[in-house]
Amino acid sequence: MTTSQGQFGAAAPEGGALISRPRGAGKRRKAPLSQRLTRIVILVVVLGYLVLPLVAMLEFSTRGNVDPITKQATRSLQSYAAILSYPNLVDGIVTSLQIAVLTVFGMLILLVPTMVWTVVRVPRMRRVVEFLCLLPLAIPAIVIVVGIAPIYRFMGQHLGAVGGSALTLAFIDIILVLPYSYRAIDSSLRSIDTATLADAARSLGAGWPRTIFQVIVPNIRGGILSASVLAIALVLGEFTISSLLSFNTVQVVIFLLGKRDPFVSVAVSLAALAFAFILLFVISRFAPGADRRGQQTAEEPA
Amino acid sequence: MHRMKSRVAVTMAAAAMIVAACGGSTASKAPTTAPATAAPATAAPATAAPTEAAIDWKTATSAGAGGIDAVCAAGKVEGTVNLIATPPDWANYGQMMTDFTAKYGIKVQSDQPDAGSQDEINAATQLAGTGRQPDIFDLGTAVALANTAMYAPYQVATWKDIPDGNKEATGLWTNNYTGFMTIGYDTSLGTIAKVADLADAAYKGKVALNGDPTKTGAGFNGVVLAALANGGTADNIQPGIDFYKKLADSGNLLPVDPAPATIASGQTPIVIDWSYNNGPQIAALQPKGITWGVVVPSDAAPIAAYYNSAINKDAAHPAAARCWLEYAFSDAGQNAWLKGFALPVRLAAMQTAGTTDKAAFAALNPPTTTPVMLTAAQTDAAKALLTAQWTFITIQ
Amino acid sequence: MTDSSASMPVPSSSAAAGPARSGAGASRFRGAGNYLALIPFHAYVGLFLVLPTLFVVVGAFSDGSGQFTLDNFRTMFTTPTFVDSFIKSLQLAVITALLGAIFGGLLAWAVVRGDPQGLLRQLVIAASGVLAQFGGVMLAFAFLATFGFNGLVTVIMKNNFGIQLDMSWLYSMTGLAIVYAYFQIPLMVIVFLPSLDGLRQEWYDASASLGGGAWSFWRHVGGPILAPSFLGALLLLFTNAFSAYATAQALISQGCVLITQQIACQMQSEVVLGQENVGKALALGMIVIVSGVMAVYALIQRRASRWVK
Repeated sequence: MTTSQGQFGAAAPEGGALISRPRGAGKRRKAPLSQRLTRIVILVVVLGYLVLPLVAMLEFSTRGNVDPITKQATRSLQSYAAILSYPNLVDGIVTSLQIAVLTVFGMLILLVPTMVWTVVRVPRMRRVVEFLCLLPLAIPAIVIVVGIAPIYRFMGQHLGAVGGSALTLAFIDIILVLPYSYRAIDSSLRSIDTATLADAARSLGAGWPRTIFQVIVPNIRGGILSASVLAIALVLGEFTISSLLSFNTVQVVIFLLGKRDPFVSVAVSLAALAFAFILLFVISRFAPGADRRGQQTAEEPA
Repeated sequence: MHRMKSRVAVTMAAAAMIVAACGGSTASKAPTTAPATAAPATAAPATAAPTEAAIDWKTATSAGAGGIDAVCAAGKVEGTVNLIATPPDWANYGQMMTDFTAKYGIKVQSDQPDAGSQDEINAATQLAGTGRQPDIFDLGTAVALANTAMYAPYQVATWKDIPDGNKEATGLWTNNYTGFMTIGYDTSLGTIAKVADLADAAYKGKVALNGDPTKTGAGFNGVVLAALANGGTADNIQPGIDFYKKLADSGNLLPVDPAPATIASGQTPIVIDWSYNNGPQIAALQPKGITWGVVVPSDAAPIAAYYNSAINKDAAHPAAARCWLEYAFSDAGQNAWLKGFALPVRLAAMQTAGTTDKAAFAALNPPTTTPVMLTAAQTDAAKALLTAQWTFITIQ
Repeated sequence: MTDSSASMPVPSSSAAAGPARSGAGASRFRGAGNYLALIPFHAYVGLFLVLPTLFVVVGAFSDGSGQFTLDNFRTMFTTPTFVDSFIKSLQLAVITALLGAIFGGLLAWAVVRGDPQGLLRQLVIAASGVLAQFGGVMLAFAFLATFGFNGLVTVIMKNNFGIQLDMSWLYSMTGLAIVYAYFQIPLMVIVFLPSLDGLRQEWYDASASLGGGAWSFWRHVGGPILAPSFLGALLLLFTNAFSAYATAQALISQGCVLITQQIACQMQSEVVLGQENVGKALALGMIVIVSGVMAVYALIQRRASRWVK
């Protein structure tokens, strides 16, 4: 369904833990000892399992050269420094960022007007649009690639440099991100009274473009931000389609780099992970409360 | 209304400009996607005899009157040559690519260094017409013979030096270099001298074959090596397939493509691969504290197989492709391969002419026994057998 | 998006009416015009999603020259490697879905019982968000750095305990399951946490006041309430693992072991006469399985959302 693993969180009801907030728990009694003990054991075991590979990555990527005489291993940050010296890697990152920008814009232009329109004008179609948006979940990325390879071959051969460039991946990435972005924008649209807002704007004489862009969109900023972050995360983590269509996006470059230099590839993976984690943590801690429920998620596909 | 529209318009325009600016840099890597027939007409160099018609490099079958200089000048106008599956440490391709750019001013775009032969063909098919498709193929024999419809015939300037058995009559493909099948291994695991040693229980999860035999030349010849070590012949590689099945069942064989990274990280401590791949690892792994040993197994006749150079019929840079081929088969190119522990196809002619790199040849120290090399017919038969039977690579 | 109604005077009463206006007293022309605005979206999805799927479905029933045939399916069901790929993928998906559901569920519970505004909860949720999508490629490298021949754990075991780990277990079903669990557990946390949040403190209290302990609470109250969403999450984890490609490809770079790899191999291998479209048949098989599971998930989710309000 998704090019990567793990996008499902955001497709879960109410967008999963990254979107919904805990309700206030009221008075909390001190938990019994057995429960506290169980909690600690679970946390240590499971979190330990999750943290171990990260520690190993840190250790692996900071290995320096082995002194041939003393056989002593050294510590060094040379692997991290070497990241910038691989032009392919930098190119891959830039390409992926460009595709991400295109995907975000394309997704917003495609989804927001359509979804608003279904709410205010054609509610009957809401089900259909929802179904189409969730359809990518039922079709694995590998299957999409099999079917879309001929289309990309056609584009490459007949649409010149643009048709053959990696930027065309945005077309398929928009499809892949539809389920998650749909949920994010939908929860925002549901939390405001879209129909009344639209009616009010229309009755005051606004045309549809103005109604959508100047009245409704500012009220669903949170959902739009969520959807955009999801899209960026998906594009940056996408591997399956890029690799089978022979495009050099960042994950493909890391994959190829992994065959050449294990230390740099582990270093760049850890750096990407740390960056994403800090970003997500900061955003969720200091998120603007634009609307009650739409918060940022970084549900990214793997 | 106007303010909002203009704000949106400005954002869109800014985004479009950013994308176009960045897109411009990526687009420049594919300098020409227009039909190549238009380009060569303008690229016909001034050094050609004034009375000659402009050469259409897409169909040129040899360098013509202008010689290599004409080809490479036209190649320089094209600017880039797209190579694929040419890792820098494979038979010294790294030095070759650097020297080529230094000599002719043509940039080398090296894609997918660890791709196999079949991957090269797939890339050419998938990327046809985009400007990113490979210009030059370097293929194992089995894959080369199966895809002759994709090549453009070309006879390099040193055509006569190449024995008839090492080239296709019209120049569709030409043997380029060969090595010997070896076993490379981390010496801290012990000593390995024979193919049979690989089945040792101590090597569980440690043996890797360089590539799927149905898709790559190195993998293919790894099976031939095992076949000869287990009673098979060039006509019958079944024992080789059986041997690898035994290794897979016992867990010795890893379903992993070995690469410099997997060796350095210890993922694949025993690698069955060409001498020109295992050889350079000895020096490369020293700083990592790994002592790499390379051995031509003693329980089989030495296995050698030439790879094949071919020009993509649909190359985006036909002149640059031909220039590369001329360089590869010139003394400089052949000696570069020699330095990479490979035996170039023109070795005999170069030794007669005295143009070999003597130090490199001495360092190579090839086995004196005549190596076994499969003929085209034997290759086809072996490939059919492999396609039918190489399906047991799985995990328990 | 043109609105044909802009040219017609809109009575104020209908402007104040509720959202269900389409077709209400409007001319057929106006109603049709409304649907026009949805064409770009449908055309886009049609071209880039429905059309490729149709290619796959039609191709699965065609032979090399385009004639209708069931041979692809015959090949699919009779070739041991294809059947084996499906079985291995299904096994892996089921095992890792259970692993992820159980351990992820436990982790989610442990987090939920803590301070709702606390640092632990935010850290775990942020970490889960990132790790759930932890790229397959990067995840494979992480485990190689941990359990490879020169990985941290292997080296520690060798130097400190004298135990030489057999690191080829990473390339077994067990190893793959443990690697998959790494993104299944965080995914479970993300998907299941809101449901756990939905367990109201009052229910705990009520159960306790009626004399029930923790076990009877879970058996009679918490369990039944959470069962639908737990099951839904389980299905989600299943399809996630079943569709995964990147992780397996980064670890098992040779051979076509799982069904996703098998499909990729069919795409990339030399074309065998008579088997041109077997890959599409395999892909159709995947669609059937995944769609089936997602349909069940959608049904369960509708039921589960009743309680999480």
